Amino acid sequence: MMPSLLNKSTAQVTRLGRKGCDTVESLGRAGAFLLQSSVGVPSREGFSLWLRQMHFVGVLSLAIVLVSGLFIGMVLALQGYTILVDFGAEQALGQMVALSLLRELAPVVAALLFAGRAGSALTAEIGLMKATEQLTSMEMIGVDPLKRVVAPRLWAGFVALPILTVGFSVVGIWGGYLVGVEWLGVFEGSYWSNMQASVAFASDVGNGMIKSLVFAVVVTWIAVFQGYDLVPTSEGISRATTRTVVYSSLAVLGLDFVLTAVMFGGL
Amino acid sequence: MKRSKTMEFGVGLFMLAGIVGLVFLGLRVSGLSLSTPTQTFQLEANFANIGGLKPRARVTMAGVTVGRVESIDLDTDWYDARVVMSLDSGLEGELSQDTTAAILTAGLLGEQYIGLSVGGAPEMLADGDTIRDTQSALVLEELIQQFVSSMANN
Repeated sequence: MMPSLLNKSTAQVTRLGRKGCDTVESLGRAGAFLLQSSVGVPSREGFSLWLRQMHFVGVLSLAIVLVSGLFIGMVLALQGYTILVDFGAEQALGQMVALSLLRELAPVVAALLFAGRAGSALTAEIGLMKATEQLTSMEMIGVDPLKRVVAPRLWAGFVALPILTVGFSVVGIWGGYLVGVEWLGVFEGSYWSNMQASVAFASDVGNGMIKSLVFAVVVTWIAVFQGYDLVPTSEGISRATTRTVVYSSLAVLGLDFVLTAVMFGGL
Repeated sequence: MKRSKTMEFGVGLFMLAGIVGLVFLGLRVSGLSLSTPTQTFQLEANFANIGGLKPRARVTMAGVTVGRVESIDLDTDWYDARVVMSLDSGLEGELSQDTTAAILTAGLLGEQYIGLSVGGAPEMLADGDTIRDTQSALVLEELIQQFVSSMANN
């Protein structure tokens, strides 16, 4: 009785240890992967590959990001108005809409949408390349798949998400203007002037951009690595795609708290 | 080849839109202006109570913004608040020695700012001078306390 229990618990401890080692190992693999593929001399060939990915990851994501931004700005204005009007402070509507968009909502929501729209597609695409052994064939003919396939996608993500975040903020502020000023009748001058008095370019717009750059690195990294590292079967691809969306959403929300605490928590 | 050209155009337009958006956020939303920062000079003022005044608050004259609050710290000689303001240099040598500074509130619950009003003395304030005549912020609790105690006395 006793020895079997001992054996069982030893096996469990071994399993736990192996799992921990696996996690650390895959983290290390992911880090080395990011370094190897993102650092390098850009070539003319690489630029045109990057351009193609920018079109897919950035330009084609524009529609969903802008439409979401418009609706989020409109909802913010509507919700904010009904609360602020109780205190006779509806002039502060512009300030509320702009600050919540620039500091929090635009970087986070744009990153979540980006993970769903572009990240999952990146994982599936690279995963299918691996499953159909295209990556191996590339290595066979002497083309480095990290440079040829992975690097353009990584850099496209790094550049595209901050631009999408800017678009999200601008359209959201315009949506807040539509609802607040055009529909609910907040005075136009106070909408803009209160916003300008309270938004500081470096600490609000700048910190929002830093946030979105961090999210861009994390989301694209997770998406591309999940595609590159998956089990090359159809089930493996579907699992990796799910993991991409789940991990990037969690990473974005968790990092957002940390970044917010560092940037705005020290007041 | 033609398709790749339109793609390049699309990506270029996308990046251009990002830059235009950032300029919009800078100019329209955070109120940066392209003109070089105006020359300023500094004045100090001591207040018994600054209420909710914050650095970067407006300094106005007849309702026109003429400067900003630079810093606020405690003056341990008098145990009151020393407020450093930077004002447009157009006003340097234009404000009389007996200019008064008051902490005012925009609306009932709005932000607090400093209002200056000019006196009639012939001597003018220079860079680094201190405004003597100040009026502290209205603190709602103190006001209510006064009201209640005057009611009790009656």
